[in-house]
Amino acid sequence: MKSTFMKLALAASIAIIFGSPAVAATASDTATTQQGTNAAKGSQYGDFGPPQGDPIHAVLTSPPQVPPPIHRDKPAKVIVELEVIEKDMPISEGVSYRFWTFGGTVPGSFIRVRQGDTVEFHLKNNPNNKMPHNIDLHGVTGPGGGAASSSTAPGHESQFTFKALNQGIFIYHCATAPVGMHIANGMYGLFLVEPPEGMPAVDHEYYVMQGDFYTTGKYREKGAQPFDMEKAIAEQPTYVVFNGREGSLTGDNALTAKTDQTVRMFIGNGGPNLVSSFHIIGEIFDRVQSEGGTLAQENVQTTLVPSGGAAIVQFHTEVPGSYVLVDHSIFRAFNKGALGILKVDGPENKAIYSGKEVDSVYLGDRPNPNPNAATQAAHAASTGKLTLEDQIKAGKELFTGTCSICHQANGEGLPGVFPPLAKSSFIAADPKKSIEILLHGLTGKVTVNGQEYNSTMPPMIQINDDDAANILTYVLNSWGNPGGYVQAAEVAKVRAAPPAK
Amino acid sequence: MGSGNPAMRVARLALLLLIACAAQADAAEYMNLRGGKFASVLPADAKNADVVVAPFRLRTVPVTNAEFLAFVQAHPQWRRDRVAQVFAESRYLSQWADADTLGTNARPDQPVTQVSWFAARAYCQSENARLPFWNEWEFAAAADATHADARSDPTWRAGILAWYAQPNQPLAVIGGAANFYGVRDLHNLVWEWVDDFNALLVASDSRDQNDPDRLKFCGAGALAMRDLDHYAVLMRIAMLSSLKAANTTANLGFRCAKDGTGDNR
Repeated sequence: MKSTFMKLALAASIAIIFGSPAVAATASDTATTQQGTNAAKGSQYGDFGPPQGDPIHAVLTSPPQVPPPIHRDKPAKVIVELEVIEKDMPISEGVSYRFWTFGGTVPGSFIRVRQGDTVEFHLKNNPNNKMPHNIDLHGVTGPGGGAASSSTAPGHESQFTFKALNQGIFIYHCATAPVGMHIANGMYGLFLVEPPEGMPAVDHEYYVMQGDFYTTGKYREKGAQPFDMEKAIAEQPTYVVFNGREGSLTGDNALTAKTDQTVRMFIGNGGPNLVSSFHIIGEIFDRVQSEGGTLAQENVQTTLVPSGGAAIVQFHTEVPGSYVLVDHSIFRAFNKGALGILKVDGPENKAIYSGKEVDSVYLGDRPNPNPNAATQAAHAASTGKLTLEDQIKAGKELFTGTCSICHQANGEGLPGVFPPLAKSSFIAADPKKSIEILLHGLTGKVTVNGQEYNSTMPPMIQINDDDAANILTYVLNSWGNPGGYVQAAEVAKVRAAPPAK
Repeated sequence: MGSGNPAMRVARLALLLLIACAAQADAAEYMNLRGGKFASVLPADAKNADVVVAPFRLRTVPVTNAEFLAFVQAHPQWRRDRVAQVFAESRYLSQWADADTLGTNARPDQPVTQVSWFAARAYCQSENARLPFWNEWEFAAAADATHADARSDPTWRAGILAWYAQPNQPLAVIGGAANFYGVRDLHNLVWEWVDDFNALLVASDSRDQNDPDRLKFCGAGALAMRDLDHYAVLMRIAMLSSLKAANTTANLGFRCAKDGTGDNR
């Protein structure tokens, strides 16, 4: 079986990467140079001797909360008790899904220890559960990351102990066969191993984890939605969400901070399939420990979080407002749920960000720009000297910029798609109606010159009264139309009136 | 926990003594299954070889609460208040109201759950039977209503898989649709003990020295399984692999089997 051989070979090479002292030493030397600390050294330097003092029960938190920092200068024995619970929870508004959870939440409880700590891990499988479960902590040095020692039937408990030799942010997940299904049902979380000297103090720490979900029903299809193995194998998720459900970090659940604060986020990706392009709209990460590693990259816009991986991002808030957490594989954000909000309160800081200063018309590039015609017409209008010729000249220029895209420069339109304005029976029937159409748009069936059109013209409210009058006057006096003119005042009157139904 | 360890041997010996004089009316219905070459998801040589399933007889339905109650009344050493701790953990028959009363939480026609492997084995001996071997169970469970081996039918597979995504309780009663062999409730009701549950982790061919932990953790299962699409079967194996012989769970029951003649089907 070739694939078996390849997987074994792969496993062996992974073992070499993680297991070889030579490789570890090289990486840690670089890190030491950069950081001037022993903290960055690898697993062979992470053993600070036997645990000291009384055993400590780890504080576990539900997302998006992170347990408090550890202020300890000696290795300790830390007892972690984590219960697996299979339960129905909403994955979106009105949509429920049967999640398999570590600690009753997706992602599972956040676990925080210090490098060198001895962790006594208790995995409990709730008696009401149907499935056996185990746990593979990526922060464990040992076969299966603990999974080989923690296979647990419903109503049972497993215990194993390990020393946290490598610092960093690590995923944990269930690894019971079929592994993909256990992960797809939400069985993952984050495990933080603090450096011995602790992490620099920040104002906020948050726990955010992305996951992809596969339901038999469509996105937002109401009711209880079962897991869809076919979609999971095809890697076509119905939902891609932060913290286990659409809306877990929006509205009342939004993350919060104040201006002039430092925020640290532990960003995990449980997968099972997708890689996340994690980005916060409107922020730049001052510091990213990508892949959860020790060395930090600075000034990062979007960081890649692999499935089964994590990162630590940090940034400083300057300007109040809502900042949007997204997977910048952007359809996932807007069509599958991967969206969260960080709400920053505080005084405006106009020196850094002004808010909207100008909202003006931009006509785009015009084929033969005549910058003077429209301006001259506007000036003439303001002085009451506007002639029909001025209007037509200005209108022609404006028409070329905006209207000709659909109605064409010769006013012929496109047969069956965009109605013609040239020799138009529709305009001839009621010339003034064209004001209304320009301002309020037109949707639905119309018959022009004997042909039926059924499409949509959006309202052109961005065109001001003078310009609209000039455009319409140009149209009325071109291509065999009946002539006449439209005044800016008429446009203003139509604009003020509600759209005709 | 290997079957060969001293604790287990002692336990088995004691078990044999306990049930030596067991005798009970054999009223349960058994179906003859022909057996034969079979593509198990756990191949005979840990690579690709078919297993050969000898002719056997399989109980049509799992053992019910009522049947198990009759058993403990006849064999009081298997009452939950008298059973030796090495044979059954504390949750043994805990859904019953009392050691010899079913009560409101255990209907007579529900499959009995919260039973240990030792207890299941003793029960089967009382029916002059034994627990089925994994390959026998798998052979019987491969059938749908009309085919001996329906495992390549994605709709049928999806239907089985759906059970695993449903909440645990309450347990249904026995009497689901009969499959090709006339056997019922192999899917969609309970997990079931098999005689060799603790051998599923051990490499079936000692020559190639497979890692005996292969099913216990991530990716390992993928190395030894022949057909990775049989998720439902995979979950059965994962479940059985997580158990010890004295364990019980709310969804774990059993049915019995006998050696057969293969003169039917």
